[in-house]
Amino acid sequence: MSDLALPAAAVPAAPAGASYWAGVRKRLMRDPVSLVCAAVLLLMLAAILLAPVIAPYGPYTGSVLRRLKPIGFPGYVLGTDEQGRDMLTRLLFGGRLSWFLGITPVVLAFGVGGLLGLVAGFAGGWVNMLIMRTTDVFYAFPSVLLAVAISGALGTGIGNAILSLTLVFIPQIIRVTESVTTGVRNLDYVESARASGAGAMTIVRVHVLPNVLGPVFVYATSLISVSMILASGLSFLGLGTQPPEPEWGLMLNTLRAAIYTQPLIAMLPGLCIFVTSLCFNLLSDGLRAAMDVR
Amino acid sequence: MILYILRRILYTVPIALAVGFVCFMLVQIAPGDPINAILPADAPKEVADMLRRAYGLDQPLPVQFWLWLTHVAQGDLGRSLATGRPVTADLANAVGNTLVLAVAAALIGFVAGSVLGGAAAAWRGTAVDRGAIGLAVVGVSIPHYWLGMVLVILFSVLWPILPATGISSDGSGSWAWDMAHIPHLILPAVTLAVIPTGLIARTVRGVAGDILNQDFVTTLRGKGLRPFGIFRHVVKNAAPNVLAVMGLQLGYLMGGSILVETVFNWPGTGLLLNTAIFQRDIPVLQGTILVLALFFVAINLAVDILQTAIDPRVRRG
Amino acid sequence: MPPDSANPPGAAPPLVHARDLTVRFVTRDATVHAVNGVDFDLAQGEVLCILGESGSGKSVTLRALMRLNPPGVTRVSGTLRVGGHDMVAASARAVADLRGGLVSMIFQEPMTALDPIFTIGRQIRETILRHEKVSGAEADRRALELLELVQIPSAKRRLAAYPHELSGGLRQRAMIAIALSCRPKLLLADEPTTALDATVQIQILLLLRQLQRELGMGVVFVTHDLGVAGEIADRIAVMYAGRFIEEGPTGALMRAPLHPYAQGLLGATVHGQRRGTPLTTIPGSPPNLERLPEGCAFAPRCPYTEPACLAAVPAPRRPVPDRAARCIRVPDTAQPPAGIAA
Repeated sequence: MSDLALPAAAVPAAPAGASYWAGVRKRLMRDPVSLVCAAVLLLMLAAILLAPVIAPYGPYTGSVLRRLKPIGFPGYVLGTDEQGRDMLTRLLFGGRLSWFLGITPVVLAFGVGGLLGLVAGFAGGWVNMLIMRTTDVFYAFPSVLLAVAISGALGTGIGNAILSLTLVFIPQIIRVTESVTTGVRNLDYVESARASGAGAMTIVRVHVLPNVLGPVFVYATSLISVSMILASGLSFLGLGTQPPEPEWGLMLNTLRAAIYTQPLIAMLPGLCIFVTSLCFNLLSDGLRAAMDVR
Repeated sequence: MILYILRRILYTVPIALAVGFVCFMLVQIAPGDPINAILPADAPKEVADMLRRAYGLDQPLPVQFWLWLTHVAQGDLGRSLATGRPVTADLANAVGNTLVLAVAAALIGFVAGSVLGGAAAAWRGTAVDRGAIGLAVVGVSIPHYWLGMVLVILFSVLWPILPATGISSDGSGSWAWDMAHIPHLILPAVTLAVIPTGLIARTVRGVAGDILNQDFVTTLRGKGLRPFGIFRHVVKNAAPNVLAVMGLQLGYLMGGSILVETVFNWPGTGLLLNTAIFQRDIPVLQGTILVLALFFVAINLAVDILQTAIDPRVRRG
Repeated sequence: MPPDSANPPGAAPPLVHARDLTVRFVTRDATVHAVNGVDFDLAQGEVLCILGESGSGKSVTLRALMRLNPPGVTRVSGTLRVGGHDMVAASARAVADLRGGLVSMIFQEPMTALDPIFTIGRQIRETILRHEKVSGAEADRRALELLELVQIPSAKRRLAAYPHELSGGLRQRAMIAIALSCRPKLLLADEPTTALDATVQIQILLLLRQLQRELGMGVVFVTHDLGVAGEIADRIAVMYAGRFIEEGPTGALMRAPLHPYAQGLLGATVHGQRRGTPLTTIPGSPPNLERLPEGCAFAPRCPYTEPACLAAVPAPRRPVPDRAARCIRVPDTAQPPAGIAA
């Protein structure tokens, strides 16, 4: 039953070369869903980066006189929130924190988890044992629970939220990296490179890295969507971002009381999270297909 | 078979211990002295010291862990710093409520996910496939706490047919199968079900697709079996993998319902956890997480054994 | 390539009747011309072996006989009747009723061709229950008989076995038992011995030959192994690029092949050669089935190619009755009756 448990399914059959990446780009360019998602994300990224320039008001300026005005209210395209602050402005500025909180843990976990997984897969033996058994322990917690537990124990704040999410994703990335690395290490051409006397570092650089990086990168991109939802979720619980900072999850929380008066406005921050997360997910799927990774 | 199960159970023991250690360490990484959280700032030092001794907080760390472990083994998770009640009492009620919610969501998710994924696999490459997969992606991409709010707006505000929050309309805090409670379950369960629906739809589509590509399906067609006859083979072949994913999902739902419970004010473990975090009620936080994590470990074990039991290749191989 | 009028009026119609059978696989990216006009008849109780390299279209031809090529992408045209049923036009339901009943198939790789998590007994029983109105107990009894028929030792115990618990040879016997469970008139065999050890191969071949004689089945047997073909076939058809390029009685064809490709194929094996004679090989490789040449598909690899070969696909020529080859160098001395489809 070796074919049932073969992690090598994720391994490209040959070393990745320039023509491989050209093929990936060609396939991506022919995938309308990926193109649309990439366009939406780029547009959103540009908007939140340019928030100080394009936002009509300051993110903290509100007025008790103009609380919870409806969408299309003169001067406030998307209405105002429960403190009379302009929703469009808050959403633009909120995106900065939401994106930052969503992407940073994945990037950190990709670095740390990728390295540990590579070490575990390539070294084997007791090193592998130590690293993999430790990840098993973290796998014994559902990810939402682990994030809430760590961040709840550490206390509120952006740094703690990022730390807890990073700790959630590291074991997952270690597992994927380790299984792909082990698969690549046992491929015939790597065996023959070893047999012909290539040094460990050369084998890692020439054979293992290019073939491991692709699948792990695709996996990491698929985590961004989860990370955005979890990061905003922590803020929604009151654990991450603190008021009056604008952040989509926190905005969703503070607007909960408004669902009876201005339901549409209360929905807006969640819609932003949803669209972002959906686009990242679809783009990751497109990338997976284009890179031919399972 | 028996040997495998015993081995698998033995392997679970160190995992459970390690889970306990992580929960124990949660207190250690928490900033500040937990004693200060329950005492007024101007309390005399002797009182603080006495409390510290009472909780065993003056001992070295390994001793504290051992003390804590022996208590936990006897079912004693300590007392809430906020209410002074035993943690186990509050937890028992909350776990029951969460279990009801998680099982309801799991059932919805399993059925909807299997139907979507199965349809996608059977009509691969057609509009049915694209529609089902589109729904699945939406399911895993949607922030479910937001979906909960949308559902409340739709079915409690704009078209008020279902209650927005709480577990009952008679003021009770625990679950019962009556008309005062059941309507309260619908919105939270549907909200919580979107994630497993999406994940299971993807899994079923992948697994069933792989099976339909195998040689033996050609044999089945060659024997004259009609689509329904082939369907039976696909279901039985897909069952081990799909059940594994479903079991994991049930575990995730138990531990992952905190956001949904907060949105719907559902008095389960999630809400308990949420309150504990903001009151810095560390024993409650620790106990809840420990129980949920051990539950998850137990489900994993059960799924593994079940999977072994129904797959003849593993069973005798 | 036998003429239509080979069946004198009043005689039983052939079990298989194929004329200009064509199979293409059409996808968005490409169209593969797998089978390009195959003609043959198979009589009750006759064994035809289709011999060819991989990619010659022999398996596709075989699968077309019970419409088992992948649905959706497969386009079949021409005439194909099996036991009098039109296999090109019949509804999916009607074809499903014939499969496993009138006609059944055994496959190359018994490990993957059997459902890994159903017992052998259940896989036989399910076939019987699908086609015949019998009780479950009766089906179980028949399953046991079948395992004994294919000479599986301790058959009773093997009914409850899963495929992975049997050796390759026993698995293939179980596969044969499934195929025979409803006493088919036509048995299709897709390289059933290729995946087996040499000694087991012989046993399975002898079993198939014995069962074929006992049950009087017509058999179409696909292989790339000349030795296997010589062992079991009454007639052999050599297939190349989706066409029968030569057909004739086994003995005559193997002694003196007519077509240069068939000659090359026989020369490229170690059978019956004197020690020291170098093995010959056929230079080049089979044509791309997405873009077939207009003339003889073998011309690019043929040592005797002349301009006429490239002009059109050669029609079958008959030097003697009962033999035919698609090569312009073969004399067409036995005049074929009129009305043959070429």
